[in-house]
Amino acid sequence: MMKPKSRYSTLSTIVTVVFIALCLVWIVPVLEVLVNSFKTNAAVNTNAFALPTAESFVGFDNYVKGMTFGNYPFLKSVGFSLFITVVSVVLILLFTSMSAWYIARVNSGFAKFFYYLCLFSMIVPFQMVMFTLTFTADQLKLNTPWTIPIVYLGFGAGLAIFMFVGFVKSLPLEIEEAAAIDGCGPVRTFFSVVLPMLKPTLISVGILEVMWVWNDYLLPYLVLDRTKYMTIPIHVQYLKGSYGSVDLGATMAVIMLSIIPIIIVYIFCQKHIIKGVAAGAVKG
Amino acid sequence: MNSVLIRRPIRRWFPLFILPTFACFCIGFVWPFLQGIYLSFCNFNTPRDAKWVGFSNYVKAFSDAGFQHAFWNTAGFAVVSIILINVLAFAIAYGLTQKIRGANLFRTVFFMPNLIGGVVLGYIWSMIFDAILKGYSTYLTANATYGFWGLVILVAWQQIGYMMIIYIAGLQAIPEDLNEAATIDGATRWQTLTNVTIPNMMPSITICTFLTLTNSFKLFDQNLALTGGAPSVIMNGAKVNMTELLALNIYSTYNISKNWHGAAQAKAVVFFLLVAALAIAQLTATRSKEVQA
Repeated sequence: MMKPKSRYSTLSTIVTVVFIALCLVWIVPVLEVLVNSFKTNAAVNTNAFALPTAESFVGFDNYVKGMTFGNYPFLKSVGFSLFITVVSVVLILLFTSMSAWYIARVNSGFAKFFYYLCLFSMIVPFQMVMFTLTFTADQLKLNTPWTIPIVYLGFGAGLAIFMFVGFVKSLPLEIEEAAAIDGCGPVRTFFSVVLPMLKPTLISVGILEVMWVWNDYLLPYLVLDRTKYMTIPIHVQYLKGSYGSVDLGATMAVIMLSIIPIIIVYIFCQKHIIKGVAAGAVKG
Repeated sequence: MNSVLIRRPIRRWFPLFILPTFACFCIGFVWPFLQGIYLSFCNFNTPRDAKWVGFSNYVKAFSDAGFQHAFWNTAGFAVVSIILINVLAFAIAYGLTQKIRGANLFRTVFFMPNLIGGVVLGYIWSMIFDAILKGYSTYLTANATYGFWGLVILVAWQQIGYMMIIYIAGLQAIPEDLNEAATIDGATRWQTLTNVTIPNMMPSITICTFLTLTNSFKLFDQNLALTGGAPSVIMNGAKVNMTELLALNIYSTYNISKNWHGAAQAKAVVFFLLVAALAIAQLTATRSKEVQA
């Protein structure tokens, strides 16, 4: 009886060791950025893998430099990224959940048409519409951070409506009927009865949309007036684009600053994030 | 769904519930999509000066050496990354579901790259590859082979964690008694894996293959930030960016000059048809192999 048990535990020790090694492979790239963000530009250039020495260590100088690096304040990019992400995701969650409820409950010809259009939009790659979307956004003055959330609502509606409709269809109709009998109008039924029941899907869709909008590069790059407005991904690509004269240490500091908030949020809500992403994949 | 009690009153609120979303959907998707199809048959700088030219943009697009190269590059990249990502993600998921210590921590770490944007990832890895290649006194964009495998490594590093999550969910959904029955019947671990686990995992495998396939075809940010298509060579008198995938090729075609706008849009339509066909074919092909557990 003892023998198979001990064989199993050596096996699981080996598996654990393999996983620890793999984890290091996964963490090293990010650690590499962290280490280099404390080194001088010359030191990053000559050997990016070396740990900082007394000579090459510059403390937080790169972070200070990175703030104004590339003639555009980094905090401004952070501000635009935050604003665009928050407003777009709130708009998407609110309006697509309302539409999804309408589609699932009314089931008219138009509702079905809209629903199938949404499904269709999910298989259309962004490159198909990028030039024409840029023209349209320019003409309608949707080319500022204050109005770009409308573009996000439009292009992102497909997946969100698809996920919400799937969930609304699983909700029991009796609850809404009871609300209607008690004298609730549709608006009140939606906001005080349906919306609270949608909470798990709101979280899943919210996480998917936040990850999309926050990290999106091409849409804001094409739509926004880049001389005035940058987001974090545009800022990073802009720094890379001007290489030759680029200060690698400061760039690493900027990258670190853009990763840290994501990792902090991830550590605190990883369960929700992983669940949300998995839900999106299984349904999409 | 047939409740008149609910349906009738909601219909009156059409302007609130549907109209804003539908209007934005038209601005952000329907109109650009239709206009995109129309413009692929036109010569244009902006949509205002579009002139109908028939299929000549498509002829131009298909005879472009850069587009052909990008197509084969993308196809090769898709095959390599589908196999690599799915095999590794499945292996990791299988290992993590064997009751090992720290499984949650490992899972958290493997998933982490998914939260970082493609542009930032591209930058991080170009720094790392350049630092490694410096030891051999060369650099990432010196050779298209480096760029290709560099992108494979980057995308594998990013997406393995994502597919792993789907595989873990699939593995945990397999009823415990199936494995027990196999063990009682004297099956080895390997036999249980190939005869019980994998057939029951077909739905997850379908989803993950489908996702890695479409992700590879749609890849843009990582491609742009890692190599930007470099290095480029002259082939039949045209400049071909050696590490360019389809999405990036469409984008850079548009930026050549205004004479190429029509061809770029034609490429975009071809690209859309390709992605849509792949998505539909893949789903129908693998769905038929699923086991009803």
